[in-house]
Amino acid sequence: MAGKPAANTFPRLLRANAEHLGDRPAYREKEFGIWQTWTWSEVAEEVRHLALGFRSLGLDRGDRFAIIGDNRPHLYWSFTAGQAIGAIPVPCYQDSVAEEIAYVCEHAGVRIAVVEDQEQVDKLIEVRDRLPELRAIVYTDPRGLERYDEVEGLIDLAAVAEAGTGLHGRDPEDYEREVARGRPTDIAAILYTSGTTGRPKGVLLTHTNLIEPARRAVKFDSLTHSDEVLAYLPMAWVGDFVFSIAQCHIAGFCVNCPESPETVLTDLREIGPTYYFAPPRIFENMLTSLMVRMENAALVKRRLFSYFLGVARRVGCDILDGKRVNPLQRLQYAVGNLLIYAPLRDVLGLGRIRVAYTAGEAIGPDVFRFFRSLGINLKQLYGQTEASVYVTIQADAEARADTVGATFPGVEVRIQDQEVQFRGDGVFQGYYRDDDATAKSMTEDGFVRTGDAGYFDEAGHLRIVDRAKDVGALTDGTLFAPKFIENKLKFHPWIREAVAFGHERDMACCMINIDLEAVGDWAERRGIAYSGYTDLARQTEVYELVRGAIREVNADLGEDPALRGSQIRRFLVLHKELDADDGELTRTRKVRRTVIGQNYGELVEALYTGRDSCRVAAEVTFEDGRRGTIEADVQIWDVDEAAPVAAAA
Amino acid sequence: MKREIGSGPPVTALENIHLSFGGLRALQDVSVAVQPRERLAIIGPNGAGKSSLFNIISGIYTASSGVVRHKGEERPSRMKPYEVARLGIARTFQNIALFPGMSALDNIMTGRNSLMRRGILSEALQLGWARRQEIEHRRRAEEIIDFLEIPSVRRTPVGELPYGMQKRVELGRALAAEPELLLLDEPMAGMNLEEKEDMCRFILDVNEIQGTTLILVEHDMGVVMDISDRVAVFDYGRKIADAAPDDVRRDQTVIDAYLGTAHEH
Repeated sequence: MAGKPAANTFPRLLRANAEHLGDRPAYREKEFGIWQTWTWSEVAEEVRHLALGFRSLGLDRGDRFAIIGDNRPHLYWSFTAGQAIGAIPVPCYQDSVAEEIAYVCEHAGVRIAVVEDQEQVDKLIEVRDRLPELRAIVYTDPRGLERYDEVEGLIDLAAVAEAGTGLHGRDPEDYEREVARGRPTDIAAILYTSGTTGRPKGVLLTHTNLIEPARRAVKFDSLTHSDEVLAYLPMAWVGDFVFSIAQCHIAGFCVNCPESPETVLTDLREIGPTYYFAPPRIFENMLTSLMVRMENAALVKRRLFSYFLGVARRVGCDILDGKRVNPLQRLQYAVGNLLIYAPLRDVLGLGRIRVAYTAGEAIGPDVFRFFRSLGINLKQLYGQTEASVYVTIQADAEARADTVGATFPGVEVRIQDQEVQFRGDGVFQGYYRDDDATAKSMTEDGFVRTGDAGYFDEAGHLRIVDRAKDVGALTDGTLFAPKFIENKLKFHPWIREAVAFGHERDMACCMINIDLEAVGDWAERRGIAYSGYTDLARQTEVYELVRGAIREVNADLGEDPALRGSQIRRFLVLHKELDADDGELTRTRKVRRTVIGQNYGELVEALYTGRDSCRVAAEVTFEDGRRGTIEADVQIWDVDEAAPVAAAA
Repeated sequence: MKREIGSGPPVTALENIHLSFGGLRALQDVSVAVQPRERLAIIGPNGAGKSSLFNIISGIYTASSGVVRHKGEERPSRMKPYEVARLGIARTFQNIALFPGMSALDNIMTGRNSLMRRGILSEALQLGWARRQEIEHRRRAEEIIDFLEIPSVRRTPVGELPYGMQKRVELGRALAAEPELLLLDEPMAGMNLEEKEDMCRFILDVNEIQGTTLILVEHDMGVVMDISDRVAVFDYGRKIADAAPDDVRRDQTVIDAYLGTAHEH
């Protein structure tokens, strides 16, 4: 398998897998309703042909090429194929609007773009005059492109592979010579970080950067070639690169690509992955929709469910952690497992999970414990693109909701002026064409600044408090940690997003996005009519609901002497959902506080001037790039501070 | 891609058709023809005879007089549904006519019915030949599901689907019969703008890529003017115009009867 020292670049890992795991499944994709499988030796052949085909399109050693689309086997192979001839893949977020794709492709100076379908081709055509170096657009799905025969350089991936097949026939050693020229210190990918501030930056990562930490992570969780993953997170994100390419090539496990973004939940059930990653938002959504469904279930089921959920809450996590639990409770849990937990895990598609991770944001403690108490080994890790993901990680029996684990093997982590800093072999080579940003991100002794404020607890586990630069203060000097407050708010099922303001202000206020599914269902069961998000968001009953949630958060904050003064005094429910297309969230759905502060300046002022409503017009960008506006009167409500003796939420 | 409207004999031609129900004259001396790969729109106010026309073409009504031709050959105006299907004619309905308890996939599979050739016995025993046939039909149905972008509702009973989605499934069932001539009865009714745009795209793709001839009845003038090659206008059972969209838009009789009074600027 991949233990050989020679397997130090991705194309060499692939060759090793083709030799040792030739007939094992490597990639699967659901097409026409049936899972199609490619074995490692088939993948090696496809990659070889694509590599030579790309080169025949004029892609040379050191050239950059873009990859844009949903998770598709052919796009994954394009990564390795490009790397084999020394070219550098630059994956872009597939739901980016044309402008964002233009920025990345222009900045990276891509020579060719390998894209999934007409949607992406259209975006590239729209901005093509800004990309003089772009020679060819290669697509995997010809659907709808029949009418594009006048577009120059547009070519079907199948034709590229065919050209490559011909080249391989004429010179069978050609490909191996290309692979032999690759060095582990070559750049293996440029991953643009979505960034909560400013333009995305291109993180340069070598083969070694990506392979070595991933290899240790495979060992850490004992991943093998019989594991299964579902690849459904954006290919442009470092996590997907590490799970669906690096670890897949190192452990030799199979990567399953969903049929379409809409069918992910069905596909998850059909595949039953053993190794799974999801950002907190996905676990939150699962829990919310589960609870909504249970609320509508028959009384007997509801009783049974809540009884056994109680059992799981009391002993589930301890059983998973291998702690001592009395035999009677163990028996209760076993019955619950038979009746509730196992069917539930199966419905969620998490029935075969051995290891699951969440990262990227803080996860609600209730959500985290819920999944663990059902027997799902959900853990947290903390990482960054600049670290090739891994900085800290939780071991099996050490999973906690409020920490992100101990230092990852082979990484050094330290806290300097509250800021978390790290170094190790996963550390990136710099930001592409941005020496200033590179210099700013590193300390003189070679540590990378994460920009996150945190500390290690007595057990040696890292706790992240907030973005270091976001931690501010109210005018009276009270500590104000906006993300900390926002997370507390978001852990509430009614609230989907929250944006807190308060730095250099006399009090803390917030803007709320309600969770349309949860609040919508709540409203329906109470006979409250609404036509859509905007209408629901302005209902008095909904405001009452949100105020109740904020009171609970205030009670929580009231218990912490340092944060007591930063309780939320006023709030409003936004009239539209925050959206990455409008620049309000990053592509990984993190709130961009400054952008929102600017876009909704009037609302922020209204929060602080004591007005009880404010008329606003917000500009929205549709998926196809068109713009429109939503106008509404937004109410602003006061919340009282929690009484000094707080009631637990 | 260049689409050429066929010259030869029309796919379907009605010649001097009269249709009456008792004293009510639904169609009076109507002649209309559609060429291979053409997109013909039929418009007109309610009760103008549009649906009657569809029902003649799809063999449900017997014309009182006149001739119906299929690819130049005369055919009876009234035919059994399976006979019409074998001529390569499929249709969708104004009020969706699907099996609400069956999944989207099964509904689409029913559209393959006219193409299935097999005996009950071989089917029941799942003999090799019947199995291969079943697999082939399923594959075609899956291609349609992929084409209409509805894999996420493959297993969902259509009764639970939103209206726009049901319309899509119904189009899928009609396509499953691999028709040469597709009759669409108000395919855009009750849809929002985005659903209409999607539906237009599917309809144009069917026509341009698979070369299917289309006749559609539609009230949305924007859609009609955008996607059709030719527009036939009906009023009180008569055809009052039959021309390219731009000419029809300027035709005074049409404006008076249907499009409303034009305001001069």
